[in-house]
Amino acid sequence: MKSSVNILEKNKTKKIFRELGLLIFLIVLCVVFQAINPTFFTWENLADMLRNTSILAILAVGMMMVMITGGIDLSVGAIVALAGMVSALTVQYVPQLPAVVAILIGMGVGIGCGAVNGVLVAKGRIIPIIATLGMMNVFRGLTYLISGSKWVSAHQMSDGFKSIATSGIGPLNTLIIIAVVVVLIFYYFLNYNRTGRYIYAVGSNPESAVITGIKKDRILIMSYTLLGLLTGLAGVLWVAKFASAQGDTATGYEMNVIAACVLGGVSVSGGTGKVGGLLLGVLLLGVLQNALPLINVSTFWEDFIQGIIILVAILLNISVKRRADKNALKRREI
Amino acid sequence: MKKWMTVVCLLIVAAFVFAACAPAAETASQVPESSTESGEASAESSTEASAGTETTGSGKHAIVFKNTGNPYGEKEMEGFENAVKEAGQEAILRAPDQPTAEGQIQIIEELIAQGVDSITVVANDPDALQPALTKAMQAGIKVIAVDSGVNAQSRELFVNQAGSELFFFFKQKTAYEMCSGSGEFAILSATSQATNQNAWIEALQKIMESDEKYKDMELVKVAYGDDLRDKSVSETEALLQSYPDLKCIVAPTTVGIAAAGKVLTDKNLGGKVALTGLGLPSEMAEYIDNGVCEYMFLWNPLDLGYLAGYTAMALTDGTITGATGDKFEAGTLGEYTVVDASDGGTEIILGPPFRFDSSNIAEWKDVY
Repeated sequence: MKSSVNILEKNKTKKIFRELGLLIFLIVLCVVFQAINPTFFTWENLADMLRNTSILAILAVGMMMVMITGGIDLSVGAIVALAGMVSALTVQYVPQLPAVVAILIGMGVGIGCGAVNGVLVAKGRIIPIIATLGMMNVFRGLTYLISGSKWVSAHQMSDGFKSIATSGIGPLNTLIIIAVVVVLIFYYFLNYNRTGRYIYAVGSNPESAVITGIKKDRILIMSYTLLGLLTGLAGVLWVAKFASAQGDTATGYEMNVIAACVLGGVSVSGGTGKVGGLLLGVLLLGVLQNALPLINVSTFWEDFIQGIIILVAILLNISVKRRADKNALKRREI
Repeated sequence: MKKWMTVVCLLIVAAFVFAACAPAAETASQVPESSTESGEASAESSTEASAGTETTGSGKHAIVFKNTGNPYGEKEMEGFENAVKEAGQEAILRAPDQPTAEGQIQIIEELIAQGVDSITVVANDPDALQPALTKAMQAGIKVIAVDSGVNAQSRELFVNQAGSELFFFFKQKTAYEMCSGSGEFAILSATSQATNQNAWIEALQKIMESDEKYKDMELVKVAYGDDLRDKSVSETEALLQSYPDLKCIVAPTTVGIAAAGKVLTDKNLGGKVALTGLGLPSEMAEYIDNGVCEYMFLWNPLDLGYLAGYTAMALTDGTITGATGDKFEAGTLGEYTVVDASDGGTEIILGPPFRFDSSNIAEWKDVY
């Protein structure tokens, strides 16, 4: 009994340390950027950065959930475009529509798209990467179809709709508030809710999860649907933020989302992933996007530097993880 | 176990095949959609449908735009089609799903197989299309570049929206006016590889060095937004952070100028930081109305496509050979003359771009 408590405590310190590694890396990076350009740590710049990162954070939380089940969703970029386009077209034809309704419409579209993905993966038994790759093209095509490949521009959107991304409470922008609320809800859900814990069970050992009575298919469909819901929300926010809805909105953005998850320690093979680590991954990408233009190097160097920084972060993560695994093995021997 | 691996590998290959097929399907399905909506170009759908079927014969002129779903490109292709239709010939409108050279090469190969008379490209890369276009020219197909050009070896003629130096002189004057003659200004461009963007920036720097008038103006940075909304926004915000005294942003790209307009509007910087460049009237209407952007420019993509259409037909029927000094009639646009281009090839210049400001934006914002 005593030893098991001990192991638990040890585990806890390991987990904190692992996230600390990424945190320290992020802080060092920020200090370097600040040294190169002193405007980095101004309130305005940080607010810009958080605002630009909030959509990524919302998407990454959902993606993490799906990746914990051992799946992946390549269609998020396309769902962002579809949900954004549907809500923008609605606003264009019904200008007096309240912004909240526009958000709900986008979330509804997202739920529908996510549910299709979930059913294909759970009931159709199609490998997630292929099911969502196919649906990515379907959703993208739908976006072009419903818009007639035309754009919805700023002057066709109501002020109420655009204010989703410009309003705020005090100094905090609405986008940031929504992202924080989403992250908190899912932090609670994944850590303290029974259904949330089932997601981890399904991802780390599907067979035993089924034997213990967890309805695996339901959990899978739910995960993809919840990701769809978050993606729909992100789609509306995206369109409101840039005040422009196009067919090619967020093309390839799923790669940023997956990168943020992997950087944040979410395993592609399922079963592992923490909201805390994920946030650090999201922030790392956000800081890079914000700070690289500030350090005033040529675009070619920007890409190069970004690649190197991401590689170093991943290497650091792997080495810390290996050490943690080694320690865990040692404990087992005793 | 090995069997499973084979099945998985096959599935992955199948998925990629599907993914590669999808763009073509999208292109075909979306053009009729847009034409039924606009009504004015209802014949477009039939043209597009015939583009898919393999037919050989003369009187077919193809245009390959950068990517699908771009309203600017739709207008340019529509102008091209109008010109070809006027002459009673057949237009083929194609574009890859993504703005890549690979997608365009694939389409060009298909067009060569179809045996078209001419191919007009709006290139995603100045050099990457050379092998495909050379092959087309060897097959007796006339090759023309329009809007975003290819190198002199891979084309017979370039239909230029405006000579780069002439154009930027024009642009520079606007930056000059907007900065009232002195101060810092920045350029927010598309990708660092886009053909026309770099030509303009080179021309601009040449002018700034040679002309005394601009000695008080300083070009602080050329930022690249990659024609992505989120990146253009980040780049604009970085410009504002790094250069607090910035007086003017020149964005010679439609995505960039709209993103910059949005940032300046959100930050209430209208009147403090001026914005000009090339923008789509529909996208910029909001920012011209609220005063963030006093005026901006764009050539009429309908006219540009129209001129390209007539150029293609004139080359095909032998009216012109693409040599300097050749003259031809381009429908309602009047007479054009082939001139030397700065890269060693020859080109036709459309003329100065159209200026959009608060007085005329209302009538244009619904056009394109």
